[in-house]
Amino acid sequence: MKRHLVSAADLSRDDALLILDTAEELAQLSGRAVKKLPTLRGRTVVNLFFEDSTRTKTSFEVAEKRLSADVINFAAKGSSVSKGESLKDTALTLQAMGADAVVIRHHASGAPARLAQSDWLHGSVINAGDGTHEHPTQALLDALTMRRHLNPGLGNDLNGRRITIVGDVLHSRVARSNVLLLQTLGAQVTCVAPPTLLPVGIGSWPCEVSYDLDASLAKTDALMMLRVQRERMNAAFFPTEREYSRRYGMNGQRMAKLPEHAIVMHPGPMVRGMEITAEVADSPRCTAVEQVANGVSTRMAVLYLLLGGAVFNDGPSDAPRTETSEAAQ
Amino acid sequence: MTSYLIRNAQLLGGPAQDILITDGVISEIGTGLSASADVDIDAHGLIALPGLVDLHTHLREPGREDAETVLTGTQAAAKGGYTAVHAMANTFPVADTAGVVEQVWRLGQASGYCDVQPVGAVTVGLEGKKLAELGAMHDSAAGVRVFSDDGKCVDDAVIMRRALEYVKAFDGVVAQHAQEPRLTEGAQMNEGQVSGELGLGGWPAVAEEAIIARDVLLAAHVGSRLHVCHVSTAGSVEIIRWAKGKGWDVTAEVTPHHLLLTDELVRSYDPVYKVNPPLRTAEDVQALRAALADGTIDAVATDHAPHPAEDKDCEWAAAAMGMVGLETALSVVQQAMVDTGLLTWEGVADRMSHRPARIGRLSGHGRPVSVGEPANLVLFDPAYRGSVNPDSFASRSRNTPYRGLDLPGRVHATFLRGVPTVLAGELVELGELA
Repeated sequence: MKRHLVSAADLSRDDALLILDTAEELAQLSGRAVKKLPTLRGRTVVNLFFEDSTRTKTSFEVAEKRLSADVINFAAKGSSVSKGESLKDTALTLQAMGADAVVIRHHASGAPARLAQSDWLHGSVINAGDGTHEHPTQALLDALTMRRHLNPGLGNDLNGRRITIVGDVLHSRVARSNVLLLQTLGAQVTCVAPPTLLPVGIGSWPCEVSYDLDASLAKTDALMMLRVQRERMNAAFFPTEREYSRRYGMNGQRMAKLPEHAIVMHPGPMVRGMEITAEVADSPRCTAVEQVANGVSTRMAVLYLLLGGAVFNDGPSDAPRTETSEAAQ
Repeated sequence: MTSYLIRNAQLLGGPAQDILITDGVISEIGTGLSASADVDIDAHGLIALPGLVDLHTHLREPGREDAETVLTGTQAAAKGGYTAVHAMANTFPVADTAGVVEQVWRLGQASGYCDVQPVGAVTVGLEGKKLAELGAMHDSAAGVRVFSDDGKCVDDAVIMRRALEYVKAFDGVVAQHAQEPRLTEGAQMNEGQVSGELGLGGWPAVAEEAIIARDVLLAAHVGSRLHVCHVSTAGSVEIIRWAKGKGWDVTAEVTPHHLLLTDELVRSYDPVYKVNPPLRTAEDVQALRAALADGTIDAVATDHAPHPAEDKDCEWAAAAMGMVGLETALSVVQQAMVDTGLLTWEGVADRMSHRPARIGRLSGHGRPVSVGEPANLVLFDPAYRGSVNPDSFASRSRNTPYRGLDLPGRVHATFLRGVPTVLAGELVELGELA
């Protein structure tokens, strides 16, 4: 990883652990009366959201403000973009305004990659979700959550842990980033879905594939449920919501088959009754709310490391490496 | 009319010889010709090929003159060694009437760089619902013989059947853009491992193969000529091979880019690689090369698809599909087919001139370089090496995937009925000649 965070594949194991460890340090901030650090004072971060998002956008905004960055929220709706302005011209405008980093959410897969590879702007590009491609900060916050429950401690990875990802893998940027990152951290990943919701070529991904959720439960340390988007439900990916729920929904019976230490995760928003029953969603084993909290500290860590002067292992070393402990000062 | 003596050109299947062009015709061929001519051209090391014929060019005029005009498109064609191009019908307005095809044809006549043979739309507005006036387009001054809704598939089996039957009346051919629409909804690249990883909508090979399979059966059923545009998959090749084995009148084309590039390039998300049909896998490329070599695929056609910078300088999903190809086609074919030993230069002449002219029924093109033939020919330097510089293109658009790449060969000169349109690799100002 160098200047940008576009894909989970950009992260080496050391990069990922540096982010997770930094996030752990920064998480302590949330317990303080004044939840703010001066680290990014004078730096400008633009949240460039071409797609509706409440959770991710708010999470980034909180993270940016806790690091004292100047935050500009640029929503495509009602902006020049809706008048036909191109991504390139939007980027050139932001560059002219002196953006040090652009957090981009885009409905098109590859838009952040295009931005990062272009000469349209000079700041860092952070992918906040692109189409059905990737959502690397979500994968990082998921990994942080898993580590806390399954192998707590700074410097620890997820070696040997068994993670099951369930649901609409085909359209899930969360799944793609998680498969890549979890493999980097040593976990064994299994994707479970009906064949219609698995991408062509998933056989070559660094994960196992199964159509049978029940067969996977007993050997799962963390079960990650994916959101099934409403528009998929009428597009012949599966016959009915009821059948999907019966075969791939998480319920109390299935939870009982999990090992005692196992957690149930969900990136939210949850479709209760279909993807997950209330019994599971509200149980102490479900980490959905904890994931939201971890999202803030993870995104603070990413912003801090990209903009605060530290560089990841294989990046250009144009600034001395900043110790993670400084971040909590 | 100016006469030209081309000295020491390498003729196909024979030694280097001199070629005399007088009054637009190849008047003499021999060794050490003593005839005098107005202009002598040293062609040592150059191959003399028949002028190339493209079955599949988008000239964009009328309607998108910001991307290309008939003039700039034919200039690009001349620089690529072409003496005739078929201009696709997806213009604005669509070329679905005698008036529009005549307009395009006349613009081609006026340009003087290359003969322009308009392709007529199969259906009104390319909408796939109602047959266009195919007979009127044939009877017009343009004399249309090739009909295509290219860019869109004629997916209604009844409309396709009727079109195939109807054009028999004037020896026409339907050139199908084989793309099953439902299977390719939201498609942005080849469906496969790379699309799965990149999260881009997949265009599955079966969406092409299913239409080709249906159409060869339809063509056989009604006894018509079918031409398959830009074949891109190994499975399509197998179906065409099977149909030809049955003796059915099916022909097919492949683009230069499908002979060289694979979907791995899309990993860059650079829209210069976004094209329809999409770049496929290395296995598909190998199958296409083999099929072109053994004649299963009849022709190389450029699918020259110019787009202005703003249509490509954006994110992948928003980008237009297509790439320019006229000015690099022969070099790409040399790299993919000749330098690999798959095709001789005689084979190149067959696939890029003789056969496409036959498919399009162009009697004045695709002729051998022989005495008495119209002087439509190209002098090509296969030993030339240089990187592709789109800034030197004659095309109005620059959307090439080969920018900065070293491709072999260069068109040294092109002659259209004895008039040089390109000399020493540069366009000739035709007005100056006059």
